[in-house]
Amino acid sequence: MSQKPKKLIDNKGIRTDGRKLDELKPIKIQVDVLANADGSAYVEQGKTKVLAAVYGPHEAHPRHLAQPDRAVFRCRYHMAPFSVEERKRPAPSRREIELSKVIRQAIDPSVFLEYYPRTLIDLFMEVLQADGGTRCTSITAASLALADAGVPMRDMVAACAAGKVEEHLVLDLNDTEDKEGTADVPIAFMPNMNAVTLLQMDGMLTIEEFEQVVNLAIGGCKKIHALQKEALKAKYVTVKEEEEEG
Amino acid sequence: MTSSIVAATVKKKQIAQLISLGKRLDGRGLTDYREIQIEPGVIERAEGSARVRLGKTEVMAGVKIETGEPFPDVPNAGVLTVNAELVPLASPTFEPGPPDEDAIELARVVDRGIRESKAIDLEKLCVVPGKKVFVVFVDVYVLNHDGNLIDASVMAALTALLNTKLFNYEVEDGEIKKKPGYTRLPMTNHPIAVTFAEIKDTLIMDPSLEEEQVMDARLTVTLEKDGKICAMQKGGSGYFTQEQILEAVKAAKEKTEELRKIVVGG
Repeated sequence: MSQKPKKLIDNKGIRTDGRKLDELKPIKIQVDVLANADGSAYVEQGKTKVLAAVYGPHEAHPRHLAQPDRAVFRCRYHMAPFSVEERKRPAPSRREIELSKVIRQAIDPSVFLEYYPRTLIDLFMEVLQADGGTRCTSITAASLALADAGVPMRDMVAACAAGKVEEHLVLDLNDTEDKEGTADVPIAFMPNMNAVTLLQMDGMLTIEEFEQVVNLAIGGCKKIHALQKEALKAKYVTVKEEEEEG
Repeated sequence: MTSSIVAATVKKKQIAQLISLGKRLDGRGLTDYREIQIEPGVIERAEGSARVRLGKTEVMAGVKIETGEPFPDVPNAGVLTVNAELVPLASPTFEPGPPDEDAIELARVVDRGIRESKAIDLEKLCVVPGKKVFVVFVDVYVLNHDGNLIDASVMAALTALLNTKLFNYEVEDGEIKKKPGYTRLPMTNHPIAVTFAEIKDTLIMDPSLEEEQVMDARLTVTLEKDGKICAMQKGGSGYFTQEQILEAVKAAKEKTEELRKIVVGG
């Protein structure tokens, strides 16, 4: 793998999957896709496919989890065994446990948890296929699922990564770019509040590069946020049409 | 439970008020660290070790080295494994049992700083390409929790690694034959982490436990010796503005230069 001579970005600035440097993977969003969940969403971002579902606010079980002044928010990010090249063992890995935590803290500031004291909100994300950016796509899907469940929110959270691959700063890295690139900075953002709710980085960047990467990622988040709103609206348009027909 | 929430709210007001005046409960300025004490080589049985005190926060790191197989995608490189234990003797809130999400996050943030800055020259730890390499285990042991475990743990891990001795050896028929004497672990970089707490829109460095309990959000910036960022992690249930993040990164760069002198010397 390490001696692969193939370039990830050609001299016209085109990436292995045909995208330009500042181009997102093609995104497809569907809301309200699962019958049992109180809210759900499915997001495809290139080959990355994520399903998110919300159950709650419901009674806190076990009881000792309940907080007297706000709802407790539980999050599980999980990758399906078949989502990656080599089968991933289904038990939660250390990576998944960490990501569940940072995703929870990325969504937390968007929800009016204080409206539902003593309750529990469960948020489940299943990565069905991974091609880079799974935590970001999971956040995008999770926030939509919460909105679909009708949980009151300050804003929807959209997430997107940017990074550095072969001396180029690029948006929305795919799996190969993530593995072979020099840096990856996933960001979650609430555009209406100018709030960064998730920020991680690994790799090496100068402060100047980091500044540009953050701008690039936030630009991506804003585009995704617009798509999220569109998808939510589309759901209600279909509901309305169905009602009119019926 | 309700009373602890009331207490936290009152305390938060007090801490926030002080911070708006540029002051803190323990008399520090907003970007001051607590006193740092570093003791390398405290465990003779470990290949490397260190004990770091950051105010009342106390962290020990131990390095053990074993031989093992390399990862198939990097057959010529040794393996780095970082683990963290929030042992119950360190805080009334720590419970016995396998690492919880906080311990796992701590270990992974420490790991990221060491790995991404290429602090250890892992290729020098290859014995037989594709077959046998050295595995470096860094175990972070929190002994007393008084806030800012990340920065203390990175310092402890780095000091322990700089203090690590590997036995001399030669390779005979794919087997390791020990020779007398030791050499230092090949270290090529020195990552240092700076953690900020955001309390009512103000950033402070090196938050104490009391400050962590009332903070809105947390941001860790790890920089390597040439001033490049090599790892970051946002924590906590609040958020940062883009401007705050850039302010933090610049402040962290200055601070890491100061801290690196204390940890690494020179």
